Amino acid sequence: MDGVNFTWPGRPRFSLSVDRFSVGAGDRLLLLGPSGGGKSTLLSLLAGIVTPQKGSIDILGTDITKLSGPARDRFRAEHFGIIFQMFNLLPYGTVTDNILLPLSFSKKRRNNVEQTSSQAQEAARLLTRLGLPSDEVANHRAASLSVGQQQRVAAARALIGGPEIIIADEPTSSLDRARQKEFLSLLFGDIATAGATLIMVSHDETLAENFTHVRRLEDFAKMERGA
Amino acid sequence: MIVLRLALQSLQARWLTALLSVLAIGFSVMLLLGVEKVRTGARQSFADTISGTDLIIGARSGGVQLLLYSVFRIGNATNNVTWKSYQDIASHPDVAWTVPLSLGDSHKGFRVLGTTPDYFDHYRYRGKQQLKLAQGEIFEDLFDAVVGADVASALGYNVGDKIVIGHGLGSVSFLDHADKPFRVAGILEKTGTPVDRTVHVGLGAIEAIHIDWQQGAPIPGQSISPEQVRAMDLKPQAITAALVGLKSRLAVFRVQRAINEYPQEPLSAVLPGAALQELWGLVGVAETALAVVSAMVVATAILGMVTMILTTLNERRREMAILRSVGARPATVLGLLATEAGVLTLAGVILGTVLLYAGLFFARPIVDRLYGLNLDVSAPTSWEMTTLLVIVLAGLIAGLGPAILAYRRSLADGMTVRV
Repeated sequence: MDGVNFTWPGRPRFSLSVDRFSVGAGDRLLLLGPSGGGKSTLLSLLAGIVTPQKGSIDILGTDITKLSGPARDRFRAEHFGIIFQMFNLLPYGTVTDNILLPLSFSKKRRNNVEQTSSQAQEAARLLTRLGLPSDEVANHRAASLSVGQQQRVAAARALIGGPEIIIADEPTSSLDRARQKEFLSLLFGDIATAGATLIMVSHDETLAENFTHVRRLEDFAKMERGA
Repeated sequence: MIVLRLALQSLQARWLTALLSVLAIGFSVMLLLGVEKVRTGARQSFADTISGTDLIIGARSGGVQLLLYSVFRIGNATNNVTWKSYQDIASHPDVAWTVPLSLGDSHKGFRVLGTTPDYFDHYRYRGKQQLKLAQGEIFEDLFDAVVGADVASALGYNVGDKIVIGHGLGSVSFLDHADKPFRVAGILEKTGTPVDRTVHVGLGAIEAIHIDWQQGAPIPGQSISPEQVRAMDLKPQAITAALVGLKSRLAVFRVQRAINEYPQEPLSAVLPGAALQELWGLVGVAETALAVVSAMVVATAILGMVTMILTTLNERRREMAILRSVGARPATVLGLLATEAGVLTLAGVILGTVLLYAGLFFARPIVDRLYGLNLDVSAPTSWEMTTLLVIVLAGLIAGLGPAILAYRRSLADGMTVRV
């Protein structure tokens, strides 16, 4: 990110400026910052869900601020896996459908999956790797799972088709401590296998030990909040 | 595929509200189409009131007025047609048959029509249907009457009952022809035409009951009994109107012209079809009002559906954010919501059409029997198909409103998934 300045449309008092910020390929970066500190905004910028008014964001050699809206959506579908804090899944859909959802929007990821196995098999494999009994949950409605299980399904969705970048927005904040550790180690295992880059934000510093890099948001980003 | 399946499942999760929306649209569509069917049915029944008659003649007046008093038994003739003129017309070389009509008396609010037995042969309604007797037979005796179905059911008449004809047209007659009672000889089947509300008697009988009357009142001190009257010459002086059938329909304008220019008396001849059209133009305002009302109902149902979609939008915000995070384009998100509205409307339209035809299938015989209204059970006309298509399109477009709103909210939400 270079010289980025962003203001939410309709909220002129809130702005986020980032002079320089970069992540190396294959890094596992933990971004620390207090709640409401602009972390989610930064992730939205990285994922191309919103675009900055100024500056450039170079991802995998593409300046996504130069892309058109639909092209940015396609770029996100091809290269990003995103895990939210909670409510990741479409509650009425089956677990398998939720996991396979990104493949509807990305040909590349669909091809990646179909090179080795069928879509359903790949979904089952990811579930198993993330510690869920796939033959039991695959056809359940997502809403019937516990929060911890839902987060794992969300991780499987982010990972399917091997996107280069995984973005996670406090994915463990809704889990208790034991489950946090378990979830993260499973996630790290899969990300390492896929060789993907992980950018995760949290306000919880105790998670830092597992990451290759730790940055504090306030060190490189300036947030202004009008009175 | 998965996206579509998820959209369907989303709808399934909200099945109750969705079902109610579909029902609301379905009922409104049924109403709209039903009104249209009744409209065309009524128009057709109206146009079918009289057929097989080429010309109606009467004293000089407008076509609608002549039609009103001669066929619909509404209002009065301005003047009579003399028996002499009537016979002249009957002997015109192009004329195949004539039926005289003599109006002016009533029976408990129902008009009394003096005519000849030929009336029952030549009067046709709804295509080529003839009047049929439900009970009894056509009048043979001078004081026989044949009553329409409504007359019989309203007054509870059976064959053989004695009735008294009142003088004039009020429902309560101050003067009546009590000295010469009639016998109900026959009861006609329901036709859905003014015939149902008519008491038919012989032309001679009209003359007979007035033979001792002058200027609308009995001549004082002079009374002629029914027995005496049978012996008298009952050739009428005048009639009110006449139905005319021609040997060839091609001659219709020639004969009409001849009658309109009849030198001895100012007469009018009208083509029943043309006069019916003209009359429908007058009563047709009501049908437009009906159509407008049912269109409003459809609009209300679509608004209801949009409300339903709007109320679920907060829940759908999560859906939007997730879809956007996996790379769904705005167009996809918009399309999904608009498609949902479209699918709901389409389901409503199909439901409404099915309900209508099912309803028609069962109601048709009953409506025909009770109201004489022949509802046409036929495939939807192109007008109806167009209307249905417009409704589905309106649903789609109405669904775009919430869709755009949802999309803009999802933009403002960014990466956060709100609930």
